[in-house]
Amino acid sequence: MELLLATAIGLFTAAGLYLILRARTFPVVLGLTFLSYAVNLFVFVAGGVRVGAPPIVTGAPMTDPLPQALVLTAIVIGFGMTAFLIVLAVRLRRETGTDHVDGAP
Amino acid sequence: MSDARLLVLIVLLPFAGVMIPALLARRSRTTIAWASGVVPLAAFGLLVHLGRRVFAGEVITASRPWIEFLGLEIAFRLDGLAMLFAGLILAIGLLVIVYARYYLADEDPFGRFHAMLLGFMGAMLGIALSDNLLLTAIFWELTSLSSFLLIGYWSHRPDARTGARMALAVTGMGGLALLAGALVLGNIGGTLSISDLNLQGEAIRAHPQYPLALVLILLGAFTKSAQFPFHFWLPNAMAAPTPVSAYLHSATMVKAGLFLMARLYPTLAGSDLWFWMVGGTGLATLVFGAWVALTRHDLKGLLAYSTISHLGLITLLLGLGSPLAAVAAVFHIINHATFKASLFMAAGIIDHETGTRDMRRLGGLWQCMPITGVLAMVAAASMAGVPLLNGFLSKEMLFAETLALSGAGVAGYVVPLVATLAGVFGVAYSMRFIHDVFFNGPPKEFDRVPHEPPRWMRIPVEVLVVLCVAVGVAPAVFVGPLLHVASGAVLGGPVPSFSLALWHGFNLPLAMSLVAMVAGLALYFQLQRGGRLHAMTPGGWSGHRVYDDLVRLVVRLGEWFTGLAMAGGLRRQVAVLLATSFVAGIAPFVIADVPDRMFVFQTPMDPVAVTGWIVAAVATALVVAMHRQRFAAVILTGAVGLVVAGAFAHFSGPDLALTQIVVEVATVLLMLLALPHLPAVGALDSSALRRFRDAAFAIVGGVAMGGGAWWMMTRGGTTVSAEQAALSVPGGGGTNVVNVILVDFRGFDTYGEITVLAVAALGIVAMLSREPYSSPRPADAPLMLTLLARILLPFGLLVAVHLFLRGHNLPGGGFVAGLVTAATLVLIPLVAGRAFAERAIRIDFHRVTAAGLAIAGGTGLGAWAFGKPFLSSAHGHLDLPILGDLHWASAALFDLGVYLVVVGVLMLVLQGLARVVPRDTATGPGTR
Repeated sequence: MELLLATAIGLFTAAGLYLILRARTFPVVLGLTFLSYAVNLFVFVAGGVRVGAPPIVTGAPMTDPLPQALVLTAIVIGFGMTAFLIVLAVRLRRETGTDHVDGAP
Repeated sequence: MSDARLLVLIVLLPFAGVMIPALLARRSRTTIAWASGVVPLAAFGLLVHLGRRVFAGEVITASRPWIEFLGLEIAFRLDGLAMLFAGLILAIGLLVIVYARYYLADEDPFGRFHAMLLGFMGAMLGIALSDNLLLTAIFWELTSLSSFLLIGYWSHRPDARTGARMALAVTGMGGLALLAGALVLGNIGGTLSISDLNLQGEAIRAHPQYPLALVLILLGAFTKSAQFPFHFWLPNAMAAPTPVSAYLHSATMVKAGLFLMARLYPTLAGSDLWFWMVGGTGLATLVFGAWVALTRHDLKGLLAYSTISHLGLITLLLGLGSPLAAVAAVFHIINHATFKASLFMAAGIIDHETGTRDMRRLGGLWQCMPITGVLAMVAAASMAGVPLLNGFLSKEMLFAETLALSGAGVAGYVVPLVATLAGVFGVAYSMRFIHDVFFNGPPKEFDRVPHEPPRWMRIPVEVLVVLCVAVGVAPAVFVGPLLHVASGAVLGGPVPSFSLALWHGFNLPLAMSLVAMVAGLALYFQLQRGGRLHAMTPGGWSGHRVYDDLVRLVVRLGEWFTGLAMAGGLRRQVAVLLATSFVAGIAPFVIADVPDRMFVFQTPMDPVAVTGWIVAAVATALVVAMHRQRFAAVILTGAVGLVVAGAFAHFSGPDLALTQIVVEVATVLLMLLALPHLPAVGALDSSALRRFRDAAFAIVGGVAMGGGAWWMMTRGGTTVSAEQAALSVPGGGGTNVVNVILVDFRGFDTYGEITVLAVAALGIVAMLSREPYSSPRPADAPLMLTLLARILLPFGLLVAVHLFLRGHNLPGGGFVAGLVTAATLVLIPLVAGRAFAERAIRIDFHRVTAAGLAIAGGTGLGAWAFGKPFLSSAHGHLDLPILGDLHWASAALFDLGVYLVVVGVLMLVLQGLARVVPRDTATGPGTR
């Protein structure tokens, strides 16, 4: 299972990196979304890969809660950032007539 | 109130007063000036009240811990020295406020002046009264910042901006040195409390790190007090309005450095290093400033260099290290403040009445403004050290103390001689200030006809000049007791007996004074003959030029680096950033020892996970391949997000899975809303080479990240969170550890994060605010969707409430509940029609967001009411009639704040984007 997670993280990172190097704003937004997936998963698995051990105190063994708390806020903040970027992209198009990241093709 | 509280109040009053000009913005200038003047007046009253105890030999202290492990305390201490300085700051501050009312022109922003002046006053009082070196450093920086604002008050003038920047750069760097010195000193003495340090002077001076601490602290003091070679910022600061100059450069800002040396005198003084560094710098500054002052043609330039010279004089006295010299230093601090403030104000009056400060264009003003002339003459005579005035007394003491060095080898001859020489220059430039302005020929032609200034503009000068005379004639009566307590505080021990009398008989100091007087007059009139003085132009090496060169060098370095890293568009910058982080990420593996691998597979694979992996991999590949087909790319990205949510759920992260699903929905929604505003199909404008290069880049990054994850997962190790898991129920009152961490253990972090969210939403609203909004769109939603929404809407809200309530113990909580609520509220237009929704939803989500932040912050502040730190939580059980035993935690209130912020932010963003009219701006290539 560790292998699956590691390859998925690698794949999301590669896709994210490729996309944020594109010249148009929209793929850059998508790329950042993919990078968020990768980073969130990375931090998540730092707490260990456990099945069926949610961090709820019941007496049974449970997984590490701290990375989850970090990732939870990261997901929400990531949404805020994505929303900001999307609106920035819309605004850029309105101002300059292009969706090129440099404001001019 | 107790005296300790009154003491703190003295420092707080001016800071509170900063609000006054804002509150009275619409009132007349006189009202603002008087209201601002009440602040120093009230604080001065408090000081006088407390001063009775100080005169009786007591010391008033007030302290409370702030950041204990740093040794930072909010500690204030009122002893003789602090009282003297606080008194000068407040009294001269009051006079300056009165004076400025008439000095500033109608177009000058009046309220801003007073706000900045009061802020500066508070910072200075902080330095004067602080009893903790770190606290001193903080107030020190505050004075640097607020004086920057004051010097740059006329921000439309380039010289004001340059002068302000220079003052900030020089005194700011000195502030850093002071901070470092304070830390070294604290390390040596084991405390940062000034009064404690002053008790162990001997031990500190014997410590091997003492020279380091001394040099660093003196760097701070010398830059602030404009000692050679850091003096150059002071003349450039003369671009400030004259009231500012009168305040900063007579009694306050530049005296801060002297104050620091006096404050730490029992700790630092008494070594040879102190003697040579402080005494040497003071002597050089004294004579250098005096000579340059004589050659300046600008009235304020003359006063600036004269100030430098007098600061040097006081530094020299402190450097001499004898108790009597320290008394003389304190005495001259008082005297210089009175005569220099009045001279600056007189210069301001002259400038105000004639429109110029250039002494080559002034002259003969005696006939137009005799009263101002008399005042200026008395003050200038005090500056020159003429008998019957206060300046004479402290200068006599300086001469006497330099002669006391006679046993000290070469210094015994050099110091008295140089001091006399500086006295000669001092008499000459004082004479010039009077002769070149009020006499030296008939009145000249000016833009306006000069006459006496308004009554209230002259009163502050009159007050100060009267003080000069009073102290000069009867020093023992007017200044004796104050000087005694202040000197006692400097010396930290018994004060030597000193006699404050006008007449000490014919002795060597008197002879030195006479020589200075006669030679000074001769020098001045000799230079003035044939217009030689007016023809002089300053030049040669100056600290100013070195400063300029340094600044230019830094700018050029910055430009070089920017050109290297940031040229060639955004993509190149991103690539540079990524490459840098790649190197930084690889570095630890190369340079540090890494633990060995512990296991290869810990968790077995299962078919569900493999299926999810395949779906995500295919979708990811498709997004990369067809990212230009934007609608499809959005849907596929959403699919990947759902698989990620599945992974969270599968690997024991139920909270994360919930959050990820709802965020995914919101993100996809947002992207769909944005698509009409962007080209539907992206342009193809990357060459094949470029795409190949980017792909290689991406693969390297992906391998590194995936490899890193693999590396990390195959090495176990202990984590830091066992304690948090153990404390969750007893400490946080909840079984859902993730939620307890978020709202309790790391609540401050979460508070910061929701603030960031709110800020992002405000930014989005601001970006959209200039876009035209649509009225309801005519097309209605499909019937099926409407029906579905009707069913979903109440359930969605119910689910949100459920998730919120159970969040502390089971998966859920404010973040998830907020996301679900917002995702549900978006359905309302579908259910009831857009027109109805526009009318019905009149909730201002700005307010919701703000309320959320206020609740979360208020919960945190609430802990203070119980004497606990910010965001401490409480929990317990509540026995309610119907609901039964209810477990509650104060963190739930915090979570409510989080919930409201998330709802508000999401709704602001979604509504904002949904209401913007798509406008076809297709002009560029590759658009639809």
